Amino acid sequence: MDKQVLLTIKGLQIEGRSGDAWHKIVKGVDLTLHKGEVLGLIGESGAGKSTLGLAAMGFARDGCRISGGTIDFDGINLRTAPEADRRALRGKRIAYVAQSAAASFNPAHKLIDQYCEGPVIHGVMSREKAEADAVELYRRMRLPNPEEIGFRYPHQVSGGQLQRAMTAMAMACRPDLIIFDEPTTALDVTTQIEVLAAIRDIVRQFGTAAIYITHDLAVVAQMADRIKVLLRGDEVEEADTRTMLAAPREDYTRSLWAVRSFARAEQAPASGTPVVSVRNVTAGYGAVDILKDISFDIHARRTVAVVGESGSGKSTAARVITGLLPPRRGEILMGGKPLPASFKARSRDELRQCQMIYQMADTALNPKLRLRELIGRPAEMYLGLKGRALEDRIRELLALIELEPDKYIDRLPSELSGGQKQRIGIARALAAEPALIICDEVTSALDQIVQEGILKLLDRLQSELNLAYMFITHDLATVKSIADEVVVMQQGVVVERGPKSDLFANPREDYTNLLLSSVPEMDPDWLTRLLAARGGNA
Amino acid sequence: MTMLLSLIIGLGLFFAIGWSSRLAMHAVAPAQHKPIYRDMPLTAAFGIAVILIYVLVATLAPLIAPFGEGEVVGDQYLPWAAPYHLGTDKLGRDMLTRLIYGARNTVGIAFATTALAFVVGSILGIWAALQGGWVDQVLSRFVDALMAIPALIFSLLLLTIFGTSVLTLILVIAAVDATRVYRLARSVSQGIVVMDYIEAARLRGEGTWRLIRREILPNAMAPLVAEFGLRFCFVFLAISALSFLGLGIKPPTADWGSMVRENATLITFGDITPLLPAGAIALLTVAVNFVVDWQLHRASGLKE
Repeated sequence: MDKQVLLTIKGLQIEGRSGDAWHKIVKGVDLTLHKGEVLGLIGESGAGKSTLGLAAMGFARDGCRISGGTIDFDGINLRTAPEADRRALRGKRIAYVAQSAAASFNPAHKLIDQYCEGPVIHGVMSREKAEADAVELYRRMRLPNPEEIGFRYPHQVSGGQLQRAMTAMAMACRPDLIIFDEPTTALDVTTQIEVLAAIRDIVRQFGTAAIYITHDLAVVAQMADRIKVLLRGDEVEEADTRTMLAAPREDYTRSLWAVRSFARAEQAPASGTPVVSVRNVTAGYGAVDILKDISFDIHARRTVAVVGESGSGKSTAARVITGLLPPRRGEILMGGKPLPASFKARSRDELRQCQMIYQMADTALNPKLRLRELIGRPAEMYLGLKGRALEDRIRELLALIELEPDKYIDRLPSELSGGQKQRIGIARALAAEPALIICDEVTSALDQIVQEGILKLLDRLQSELNLAYMFITHDLATVKSIADEVVVMQQGVVVERGPKSDLFANPREDYTNLLLSSVPEMDPDWLTRLLAARGGNA
Repeated sequence: MTMLLSLIIGLGLFFAIGWSSRLAMHAVAPAQHKPIYRDMPLTAAFGIAVILIYVLVATLAPLIAPFGEGEVVGDQYLPWAAPYHLGTDKLGRDMLTRLIYGARNTVGIAFATTALAFVVGSILGIWAALQGGWVDQVLSRFVDALMAIPALIFSLLLLTIFGTSVLTLILVIAAVDATRVYRLARSVSQGIVVMDYIEAARLRGEGTWRLIRREILPNAMAPLVAEFGLRFCFVFLAISALSFLGLGIKPPTADWGSMVRENATLITFGDITPLLPAGAIALLTVAVNFVVDWQLHRASGLKE
């Protein structure tokens, strides 16, 4: 590549403090970025991606320090430059786009005020000029009503729009380098496409160099010219995107590539009485109906995936089944018998039959209880186990979720990793010996390798214990790997439902088609082709 | 010169007590808790040691005290000399004896009062947050109404109505303080009841008592413990204030608050004896707050 080098990082070491000791987070990474080039950084959580991204701005988070190596940005040594110089660079020549735009915008100021702050402080343009420029960039980011949207507050625009507004803001001073830290991870597939396309266009239009951090390989394949794979603070390998996708050199990279390969064996169509039937349910909060006349069945040993974008009513459907939200009309049948609408009116045995696993294991496990009590309580309560029998059952459950009983039984949730916490959530549900488990986005907070482990575990448990799953997700890749039947929801209505293979092979509804085609693929040309196809149809 | 000397001695004592109590606790603690005591600040160690000494003195009062609690042993206002190491009061009772018994009465009553206020206040507060709706409305508005009346006036009023026995004293101050605890417990719990694990426990079919005791209380414990320390000191001051006004603990029961009042005249003669009970109150207040600060610091997870 004959382009001019913009950023050179050599032998970078970053340490993080835990208690009194410093341990290495980034262990000597080299990185070179040319002008106008997009570099993808991938790896599982804890690989040091974000830390490295921030270090490219000469910045270390609280509790971290840069302990070795050099960072050279266009001839300026960011490690030795005084803080004032570094501050003059940030926002002007190097910009940063964070994962959660909703948490990064100041909720008390309008979007355009926050946009103008950078250019005005850096003296790049006057306030009037910055406002006009904002409208121009909002238009280029394909935000609706570009003249007017800047005068809204962050809570008045959707998540995808906010993420695009933040990218526009990062562009305000026309920086040479933008660091994107998982900008689409928190978005739905359909929204993700729009944001990805907008980011890619604007980066190309202005010839901006970018570091794109993500754990989603399919996304990085669309965005990056080159990919660097990180593992626990070390570089695994680096190559340009097409080479990397076609012929990864290292085993670890190959295992990352293979992660989405897990697929559940095809099941025969279910028959007999369903474990749970949702019959013509209409429900909502206040005067608004969130669910409108929905029906579906879940059979034993089958997984029904409920998919749709945020706000489509997936989680509300789960709340109706568990009895947290009594429906206005319609009913829930369990094993053919109608269930009382509210969980308060249900018998202990009816409650036992239906268990739930939550998205955020952090908030779903009482942080002050040890695993012994967290898992043991349902067994003690529903099955009347005590003393020795209870202890044995807890150990059995821990073994079932592949955690070593002796090591973990007396731990607190804070002493576990994210994936392990989610396993405890599963064990707690299993302890009740239920017929149905509702999994509400159980894998979306986890990175892909951990996700794969959880999905495999759920699949194994299903065949061993005859469970029925209701699997709520917006991630169609998860659906592909674990579902037997799919229920597609949009704005509180079941748009389409049927066996997975039928639905994926020939979706009847436009919306299903849109959802399916929005799932990123590993092919680097996928986004280009998709946009061309959609543009052609429109 | 004496000022400087006593300051040095005081600081020396503080470090000595703090240091040795931290070492002792670290040695006694079970292995899994050892790091807590190793990182404990000296102030907290000192506070714990002082509280332990008070508790010891209070429980062993009849064994330690040289004379009987209300026993007249000599002339009035005797100076500091054996066998009356801290002199005698205006009726000729031994000061040291009365200080020791005062620990039992004042600290005991203050502890019982605070404990009662906390049990009632936090259970009702958590319950209100958990139930919401009309239970919350009725309880909270009732508490608001009680809190609108100034605390001291309200307790004076109640004490004049119900008479001034130790039991009514405890009940009245506890009732007044429980309103403050209720407020805190309710607001802390409101943040907890919306968590998924409370929803999970409700769906499991857990009863209200279990939800309060096992699911909410452990998570609300840190701010409540901190508040306990502060409330304990306030109760202390309230009892002393009431005793000073003559509505608190009845003579001849020894009580630090009334001891200050009874012997106040001695100050005019340059005798510091009346300051001793006041100092005892101050020391305990400081000690309790040292421990509370440490607990708060630990609970908030702040690491500087």
